[in-house]
Amino acid sequence: MNPTGILGAAWLAYRRDLLLALRHWGQVAQPLIFFVMITTLFPLALDPELAELRRIAAGILWVAALLASLLGLELLFRSDHADGTLEQMLLCGQPLTILALAKGLAHWTVCGLPIVLLTPFVATGIGVPFEAVGTAMKSLALGTGILSALGAIGSALTLGLRRGSLLLGLLVLPLAMPALIFGARAIDLSIHGDSARGPLLLLAAMLVLALTLAPPAVAAALRISAE
Amino acid sequence: MWRGERQVLAGVSLSVAAGECVHVLGANGSGKTTLLRVIAGLLTPEQGTVEWGGQATRKRRDEWFATIGYLAHSDALKPELTARENLAFDVGLRRRIHDQEIGAALGEVGLAHAQNQPAGFLSAGQRRRLAMARVTLAAAPFWILDEPYTNLDSAGAALVAGLLGRHLDAGGAALVAAHQPPTIPHHVPRRVELPS
Amino acid sequence: MNWTWLHKLVSPPHAYRIAGRLTPWFGWPAFVLIAVGLFGGVVLAPADYQQGDAFRIVYVHAPSAWLSMLVYGTMAAAAAVGLIWRIKLAHAVAAASAPIGASFTVLALATGSIWGKPMWGTWWVWDARLTSELLLLFLYAGVMALRSSIDDRDRADRASALLAIVGIVNLPIIHYSVNWWNTLHQASTLTRIGKPSMAGDMLWPLLTMLLGFTLYFGAVLLVRLRGEILLRERDASWLRSVLAR
Repeated sequence: MNPTGILGAAWLAYRRDLLLALRHWGQVAQPLIFFVMITTLFPLALDPELAELRRIAAGILWVAALLASLLGLELLFRSDHADGTLEQMLLCGQPLTILALAKGLAHWTVCGLPIVLLTPFVATGIGVPFEAVGTAMKSLALGTGILSALGAIGSALTLGLRRGSLLLGLLVLPLAMPALIFGARAIDLSIHGDSARGPLLLLAAMLVLALTLAPPAVAAALRISAE
Repeated sequence: MWRGERQVLAGVSLSVAAGECVHVLGANGSGKTTLLRVIAGLLTPEQGTVEWGGQATRKRRDEWFATIGYLAHSDALKPELTARENLAFDVGLRRRIHDQEIGAALGEVGLAHAQNQPAGFLSAGQRRRLAMARVTLAAAPFWILDEPYTNLDSAGAALVAGLLGRHLDAGGAALVAAHQPPTIPHHVPRRVELPS
Repeated sequence: MNWTWLHKLVSPPHAYRIAGRLTPWFGWPAFVLIAVGLFGGVVLAPADYQQGDAFRIVYVHAPSAWLSMLVYGTMAAAAAVGLIWRIKLAHAVAAASAPIGASFTVLALATGSIWGKPMWGTWWVWDARLTSELLLLFLYAGVMALRSSIDDRDRADRASALLAIVGIVNLPIIHYSVNWWNTLHQASTLTRIGKPSMAGDMLWPLLTMLLGFTLYFGAVLLVRLRGEILLRERDASWLRSVLAR
């Protein structure tokens, strides 16, 4: 028997999730549409004047990305838990931490990355100047990454619970608030023409911390939920 | 240990040797599935240990997982992936596997014609056979099978019994929970009854 | 090392008895200290030269805020012990502590709001401390909601324990972020209100209240712990013999 190495197993898990997402991309598109819809709510509810929207654009982008990511977390472990595949993954003999990281990465590729790619269009729609769009994309790229990591913990803890999606929001949003503070600040600075290096670096540090600490927590949570 | 409000598996103890098959029997709710999950390592008992080769399995969990092939109540198949893809991913997580091996295993369980169909389009019996193919491909010495005969017709049941027989002949061991198991060629399983 | 004394201590019947015995030792001193502290703070201590008599609410606000964090720390520590060493009593302590901590957090928010009205003219202001307390309340709410959503007690214990630990790792990050956010957006007068320099006359009632609140937490925790043990062990034989007496 020639056992699969850790990296090989991680790559396999990543590819499988990507393939699954491709096969029902309609479901995958929902968080993305949600992102655009939430952003649309603000000009409708407030003042559609771009100069006014520009003042709160950083906040709008981040809140929309947060809520859309929450919706996207549904895709992460729930279906695996429901059809029994998660149990098999727990028993495959590979370190669960690495598999959790691989699945989280796949989830970001499918949920977070599209949000980042859509940001230029959405941001311009709410008055963000062209020069600030790059910062907006960086900020949301780091932010959605942090959210995937934190959300994975929440998702793993709430597997199989009725109305687990509501509970998931309650658990994940407080943990995401620090990222929100710095991420929105970065975009805001950039809109006003200042350098956003400080907050962006802090956001990057938070992402590194999340990527280090979240996978073991996710692995522990998955084992707890399987009991 | 406790499952919700009920205490199950109090004072249960059993052992399985190489080349041996143990059948676990018991009424509904006596804890058959719980026992299998405890042995597989998914549940932790409040008291007692699971040992393999003289060592507690809790200590070297990943190694223990590589030693077992577990078949749960559910088939654990992704409906969007084809039969072939399901096997390739599931077994691939454990060991490197070639396309020919997958093809051979699919042929063995009578699914060669359906190998490129999404698992969601297969019948319940076909899915069970596919899950069984995954167990055979895992190349694990110890099989833990929870109701492997559900949804199978008599031909399917005989097929699974045959696979079990071959596994035992090769020196493997198995722990099976089943209601009415068919006979395994050349082997008489030891029966363990769980009190309700 | 012989650990049987520890095993005996954390066994439910023993813990139940000891908790019952210890409660008055926490309860009465707490009552006395809180009474003395309140008297000292409301009657004896001088009014703050800036804020007048409204300042006196700090004698309830500051200890509540402090306790809200102490209780979260206790909960997380108990959760960790329960997860790592699989000691059921530790999970019971965590379960018993959560509502107490949440109550202290609500008290801190309420007193903070009452303090704010004469100071800033509004019932709520997004300053660093109040916002931190609010986020702490969300963390408590999450842990309690998770525990109540899971039917299987073991899974509920372990899941909320993991969440409590994740929360406590996040707590410093949250504090730092909120403080930084606050310095960007608030006028400096507000941060000055937070921590006035304390004269000795003001300090001793505050410390007395702090100690009183802590002992009060101990007493309530012991009472709730007995309740938790009763709940978890309701079918056990030792309980029947205790109740029959």
